[in-house]
Order: sequence, then C-alpha cells, then structure tokens
Amino acid sequence: MEKKNYTISIYTENNIGLLSRIAAIFLKRHFNIESITVSKSEVKEVMRFIIVVEITEEQVKKIIGQIEKQIEVIRAYYHTDEELIFQETALYKVNSAEFVEDLTIQDFIKETNARIVTVTPKFFVIEKTGKRHEIDNLYDKLKPYGLMQFVRSGKIAVSKNEMPISSILEDFNTININS
Amino acid sequence: MEVKTANKEKKIKQAPTTVSGAEAVIKCLLEEGIDTIYGYPGGAIMPVYDELYKYQDKIHHVLTRHEQGATHAAQGYARVTGKVGVCIATSGPGATNLVTGIADAQIDSTPMVCITGQVGSHLLGSDAFQETDIVGISTPVTKWNYQVTKAEEIPEVLAKAFYIARSGRPGPVLIDITKDAQFATLDFTYKKCAGIRSYKPFPKVNLSEIERAAELINSAKKPMIVFGQGVILGGAEALLQQVVEKAGIPSAWTILGLSAMATDHPLNVGMVGMHGNYGPNVLTNDCDVLIAIGMRFDDRVTGNLEHYAKQAKVIHFEIDPAEIDKNVKAEVAVLGDVKETLQLLLGFLKPKNHDAWHQKFKDLYKIEYDKIINNELNGKEGKLGMAEVIDEINTSSNGDAIIVSDVGQHQMVACRYAKFNKTRSNVTSGGLGTMGFALPAAIGAKMGKPERQVVAIIGDGGYQMTIQELGTIFQTKVPVKIVVLNNGFLGMVRQWQQMFFDKRYASTELINPDFVAIAKGYFIKAKKVTERSELQDAIKEMMDSPEAYFLEVKVEQEENVFPMIPTGASVSDIRLE
Repeated sequence: MEKKNYTISIYTENNIGLLSRIAAIFLKRHFNIESITVSKSEVKEVMRFIIVVEITEEQVKKIIGQIEKQIEVIRAYYHTDEELIFQETALYKVNSAEFVEDLTIQDFIKETNARIVTVTPKFFVIEKTGKRHEIDNLYDKLKPYGLMQFVRSGKIAVSKNEMPISSILEDFNTININS
Repeated sequence: MEVKTANKEKKIKQAPTTVSGAEAVIKCLLEEGIDTIYGYPGGAIMPVYDELYKYQDKIHHVLTRHEQGATHAAQGYARVTGKVGVCIATSGPGATNLVTGIADAQIDSTPMVCITGQVGSHLLGSDAFQETDIVGISTPVTKWNYQVTKAEEIPEVLAKAFYIARSGRPGPVLIDITKDAQFATLDFTYKKCAGIRSYKPFPKVNLSEIERAAELINSAKKPMIVFGQGVILGGAEALLQQVVEKAGIPSAWTILGLSAMATDHPLNVGMVGMHGNYGPNVLTNDCDVLIAIGMRFDDRVTGNLEHYAKQAKVIHFEIDPAEIDKNVKAEVAVLGDVKETLQLLLGFLKPKNHDAWHQKFKDLYKIEYDKIINNELNGKEGKLGMAEVIDEINTSSNGDAIIVSDVGQHQMVACRYAKFNKTRSNVTSGGLGTMGFALPAAIGAKMGKPERQVVAIIGDGGYQMTIQELGTIFQTKVPVKIVVLNNGFLGMVRQWQQMFFDKRYASTELINPDFVAIAKGYFIKAKKVTERSELQDAIKEMMDSPEAYFLEVKVEQEENVFPMIPTGASVSDIRLE
C-alpha cells in the first residue's frame, strides 16, 4: 500500500501527560511524526492535536484505533491533504546589510504575500503563511542573503467536511453517563 | 418532600471527615472492596504504610520480596477472582520494578491498580533521592496513569483508576502520589466512578452484525470457533458453551482462553498456535467460517498472516474496536461485551451438528496422539518427561486445580496437557511471556481462591528469576504447591538453538543450585524426584500437603515441544517432529 501524508486530528481532554501518551503510540510503531501542533479547539476545555505522518492508509486506520482507545481521547480523525484546508507559518530572520541593498528580493516578498514583521539595523524578520512549497520557495530565495534563523510551525488544518465533534461533546454534557 | 428529606439524610451520613491523603488512599481501597494488596515499603510511600498499619485488620498487605513479585501476585489474584489486583510501591526503584508486571497486565488485559509513592511535589524534576518519572516510564504500558500532587484529588482519581482498570477491556492503571499529597489533609467523601465522558468501555452492540454473524454460522459447512480470554473477562463461559453446543461447532482456544470451557468437553478440540494441537491449527486453513471470540489474533496464534485462514470468512466478537482488522480482516465484526453479544447470537442460531467436520479434528488428533502425545504420556524408559508430570497432577486434581505456569517449554506442556473443569483456572503470562511470573502469581492466585488447590509449574530458569518469593510464601504460610521441572536448560531457547542455530547452545545451559536445600532454607517442605517410579507418590504427597510444598522433578534435558509452527510458517505447516 502506498505511503501518503495523513493529517490526524485528535480531540482530547486537557491533561498533563497526554502528549507523551499519544506520541508513544507513534514511537511504538516506529512512525516518524512529520509535525505536531497542540492547541485549544473550538470546544471549551477540549484540546486539539494535529499530527502529520507519512504512512499507509491501513497504518493510519490502526493508529486511529489505538489513539481513540486512550482514556482521555474524545475522538480522532484522519484526512488526506485533499480533504483539508491547511497552512503552515514560517519566520525568517535575515541579515539587514545584505537585504536592504537588493530590491528584487523585497519585491519577491511582496509578491509572495509574505510580511515583514520587524526591522532593525541588524536584521529583518519576515513571516510567511502558506503551503509547504511556498515556504520552501521563500527559504531558497532568502538563503543566499544570510538567513540567520528559520523556523516553521507544524501544519494547522481544518477539514472541508464537518467533523461532528461539537455535537459529540454536547451529547456528553446532556446525556447522563451510565457505565 | 420525602425524597428531599431522604437526600438530606444521605448527605448527613456522607458528611466528610478530615483525613490525610495517605488515609484517604486506604479508605478508597476499602470503598472498592479491596481486602488484599501486595507491595513493598520505602521512603516516599511511608505515610500510606503507616495507615496500613492502622488498618491492618481490614486490609491484608502482603510483603513480597521484590516489587515485581507484588505485581505478579496482584495479577494472579485478579486472574482467578476477576477483581482488581492492587499493588503498592515506593518511588524510584520501587516504581521501576513494577514495570514488567504492568506491561504483562497490559498485554494480557488484567485489571490492576498500582499505587506508587513519589518525592514531594516541590522536589519534582530536581533529581531528588529515589525520584523517577514513573508516569512517563509507565505510559506506554498502562491503560491509564496519573500523578497526584494534591491530597484532595485522591478520592476521585482512585475511583477513576478502579473504574478504568476493571471496565471494558481491563488493564493496569498506575497512580503516582507525591509524598506531600499523602501528608496533607482533605475532607474525604467517596463516590464510585460511573463513567468518564471521553471513555467508552462498552461499544454499542449492533444487532444487524449479530444477525449477519448468525447467518454465516447457520449456513457454514465447516465452522470453527477460536475463543480467547475475552470469554472469561466477560463472564460468558456458560454462554459460549451454549453457542458451541447449539451450533455444534468444534472449538479451539488460545492460551489465555484455556479453562473457559472444560478441557474434556466433546467439542473442545484443543489449543491453536505455535505449540497448539495439530487439528485446530491445520483446520484453521480448511474451515469455511472462523468465529473468533474474545481473542486478538496474536502472531503466536496465527503464524504467517499471509497464509492464515484465507479461505474462511472471519467473524470477530470483540470488545476493543482497535482489535478489529488489526491483524486479521473480519468479514463480520461484532463489537461488544461477549456476554451480551453471545446471548443475542444464541437466539439466532439454528441447532446443528457438524459430525463429519468434527471427525476431521478427531482424525488429526489421532495422528498427533500416535506421533507425540502417546510417547509423552506413556514413556516407559529414559528420563521423565514434562507431560508425565502434568498428567500425574491431573490424576490427583481431577482437573479441579488452578494451574499457574511460567514461561517456556514447561508452559506449553502444562497448557497442552492440564485438565480443567472450572474457568479462571489457568494463570499464565501469555502475551508478554514473562519468565518469573508463576511463583508470585501463584501466591496471589491462592490468596484469591484459598479453597482451591493452586499448583505452580515452573522451569528451572524462570524459577530463579523470582525465587526470592519463597520468602513471601514462608512468611504468609500461603499453601501453594510448586513444581519445578528441571532440565538444566533454558529449554525453549535451547530448542530453537537446536532447530534453527545448528545446536549452538549459547548461554542456555544452567548450572543449578540445590533447589530442595533452598526451599528448606525457607522452611518449606521440599522433595526432589529423579525416577519415574517416584513420581506418583511424590505428586500425591505434594497435593495432599496442607502446607506449601516444593517439588523438583528432574526431567529429560533435551526434550523438544511439538507440534510446532516455526516462525514465518503457516498454521497448516505445523510440524509434528
């Protein structure tokens, strides 16, 4: 089966140790995590993990099963890139001396919808949000100007189709739990 | 109004009492009906031990000789009673010594709650004396774990721990409690946990899947059941038997399913897997419908998955959704507790018999009997064989004993030959294969079922991994029977070396001490048997002993366990020699 980028979205309770518990599931199967972000979700007190992995669909299905089995995981979903709207953000710190002298690069920044965040006599900080290849393109462009630092976020994504997580949580709050 | 008054009264009854965190731990255990726990004291858990001293008339704390022994004893207790096993240890090495038992409980779905002491919360992360990140270490091998740093968290967290350990597919839970949380006080009230919003222990049963399963079973020509421990964990033994008898289906078991159905039941066709019986392994690749009940298609059961039951439609009765299609694709997946799903299935099943198909199992058994079993049971010359010892125990117990086996050749022989009439009578480390499991597990098993005969069958290798628990047996006077089948080798590894590594016996020969002297050193009655002629009397003496008894049997050094499915081979390529 073909390996592909899958984006796994996990809704969880907000508890210490859950990041490690979820990461351990990937470790046990020798899967490398391409990127991971954890943040608040649209639901109060519920966290959302977004994990990108390059594995087969069979593997991703099994790993979803293992993730959902964790006590504090509410639901987990997986999507292909086609099913998602996703973005990454990158910051580039560039040497001012080299940078101000070259107007072509400044034009390029404007064209690519990147943004200059900070200017100091020593360095510029440029921010770019977009797809991975756009961020890589800008990286390649800026590299010759003396890239002092570079950092890229993990992927953040929302699905094109509805994820029925909010209604699940509403049910949690209204239904009396019986074992 | 009346209701309100009643509530009010109830409230007054449950008025909180101010206790220390340590006392709260004990009160929680009592609320959960726990009367026996296993453990080992140390600095960071001392406040809890101080309370155990005060509550010693209510909770029996068994001091093992090593924390690993405490976990296996708790497992043995849990496996025979169905209750949650509890063990307790201090921080650092006390906690890390629990890890093997926790991992064992996780893979064998044993309900267990482990409580560990931790350094004071102000010292967390400072590499304090006996500080270790046991929550981090135990994460991959626990169903749930949690670190308590405030006394007032204790009742709710422990209630959750017991609920999680026992519900759904059971498993181990570890609760780490900082020393300051044990000393601090709280207003104690206890409410049993009835549910956790993110946790669904019992998947919703889908009736249409049960109907589909029944249709397949009703129209099957060559159906075969393989049942596992799920039947025991769900308390569905009687239902399984009804299903088997109504539909007339030959039924085989995994190592952890053993004893869920009487071994002499006519439709019980034996064990599947690497050293299982010939018939059920070969016919796995001949059946038209394979009904898996509460089992997880472990690789030791399936052999090469590419050649496992490819001709069959697989029906999988399972409580854990993550097990569906994990190793073997199911045509029909019936999620739920087997106690519920088998009950529903029964209503849809048509009475049948499959005599011609069942005969195939009998024919293959005959081949196995002639080639292997007869020789192993009725060996008249040479050194004693392991099977003869198990058979002699059968004769003496009539199949009523609890058999606790360790890991290796003797385990396979014990499971192949031991007779069982009652459920929850086979205690062994199936998934993890933990050598050293049996001796402490037998202690827990005997304490859980004091009215039953408990016999531990152990190899000379595994015995020495937890031999220190003889001290626990001596101190508690728990009357377990210990049989060490001594072949002077790590027999299973040696067998593989013989078969696959040109007999290069790398580090598998054991030069052993005088086991009888060691047992006697602990004031345990002990005997050694080297001759066939002594066996019967020795077993009888051991079984009749009201006290603990140690019996060493010198067996053939280089005996091999057959049948065997070599690694990577198909179940139907099982070898008889």
